[in-house]
Amino acid sequence: MIPALLLLVFSLGAPHKAQADENPRVIEITAKRFGFTPNQITLKKGETVKLRLTSEDVTHGFFLRPLKIDEEIVPGKTTELTLRPETAGTFTTICDHFCGVNHGNMKMTIVVE
Amino acid sequence: MQRSDRRSFLKMAGTSLGIGVLYTAVPAAAASGEIGEMFDFTGKKNGERVTPFTFVQLSDAHVGFNGPPDPLGTKAFERAVEMINQLPQQPDLVLFTGDLTHDSEEKDVHAQRMKQFLEISRRMKVPKIMYVPGEHDAGLDGGTLYREFLGESNYSFDHRGVHFIALDNVSRAKPEVGPEQIAWLKKDLARFPKSAPIVVFTHRPLFDLRPEWEWFTSDGDEVMDVLSPYENVTVLYGHIHRDHEQEQGHVHHYAARSLIFAFPDPENAPEKKPIPFDKDHPFKNLGIRMVHEKVGARPLLNSVAVEDVELTVREFSGINGVQQILKNPSL
Ligand SMILES: [Cu+2]
Repeated sequence: MIPALLLLVFSLGAPHKAQADENPRVIEITAKRFGFTPNQITLKKGETVKLRLTSEDVTHGFFLRPLKIDEEIVPGKTTELTLRPETAGTFTTICDHFCGVNHGNMKMTIVVE
Repeated sequence: MQRSDRRSFLKMAGTSLGIGVLYTAVPAAAASGEIGEMFDFTGKKNGERVTPFTFVQLSDAHVGFNGPPDPLGTKAFERAVEMINQLPQQPDLVLFTGDLTHDSEEKDVHAQRMKQFLEISRRMKVPKIMYVPGEHDAGLDGGTLYREFLGESNYSFDHRGVHFIALDNVSRAKPEVGPEQIAWLKKDLARFPKSAPIVVFTHRPLFDLRPEWEWFTSDGDEVMDVLSPYENVTVLYGHIHRDHEQEQGHVHHYAARSLIFAFPDPENAPEKKPIPFDKDHPFKNLGIRMVHEKVGARPLLNSVAVEDVELTVREFSGINGVQQILKNPSL
């Protein structure tokens, strides 16, 4: 199984092949009805990180409009997502794949500082 | 007939019933005395003349939902049905914009809720009730149960010269319409002139109203690309459990209140928390509202009056078709 890979680079201008990109910090995030663990992560502006998303039960979504993230987390697969946020702020990421009674409250926070 | 092509055909007079929205569709030309010409023109293009009629939008009954915040179950929905049956002039149709039922993982339980929903809905004397699913109806099973009871979740039909389009933006489990349905929509609209009066009804907003509350449709922009060349488009939706209006070029989006509980204002509320139930005002924010024909009023303009003081009457009118809101302070 090839994990879904989405590369998101948010810098403007010429892409710089930073050395840091070779070995980005990896953050594991687990989705389980009706929450994410951890439910908050903190990133540094300009830092490249790799998110590894897995589900412990059903298919969930991972959606964050301002960072253009729109992923599916399918049980048994790892969804990998590389991102380098260039804007500081507090962002709410939601599950946007309907997953049951409390789906509407399934979310986590990404802080970029 | 270049100018006529650009002219709109409908005025929409809408009254927020609280229980839903009552719309009146009338030919725009009626006010300017050009009705004959317009009718001829419409007749040619659409095969049917636009003639005045009213319809009601209901949304988000969530049959099967048990509070908090609303301990009343189906009471507001049943009340809405009674009130519609008591309207002095029966609307031609009711559009139900999704979340008919509250979801259950047990198929039998969900089916039972759907039966209960239909039992109440079919008490309405209105001859035509059209539905689209919400994510609570169709999100868990891809719309299988919904289709068993109500047939296809997207379709179109014509009513007295107005083209109605049901769009499903929930059955794919994600807030999206999907490429197949967008292709279908293009094909469906192809036979209409750009001035044709069109009413789209769907569950979620087709624009980014508040994405982190899941108040969006991810491919809504693509749907809008298909709709925007048309000059008389109204989109009616639910999902957000409160009224909301938004203009986008020629297209006007209106959300209806729910029949179960209300959500706060997306402009300023920090969180999507239901507004607490108020036992002294059980229908507050769902707002049961009485609507009457106003005796002696010019037909189809200011033609409704309201008893309940809590009511805000809204007149949806305007020369550009099914659109625009103008508050009438005298009512
Ligand atoms: Cu989920």
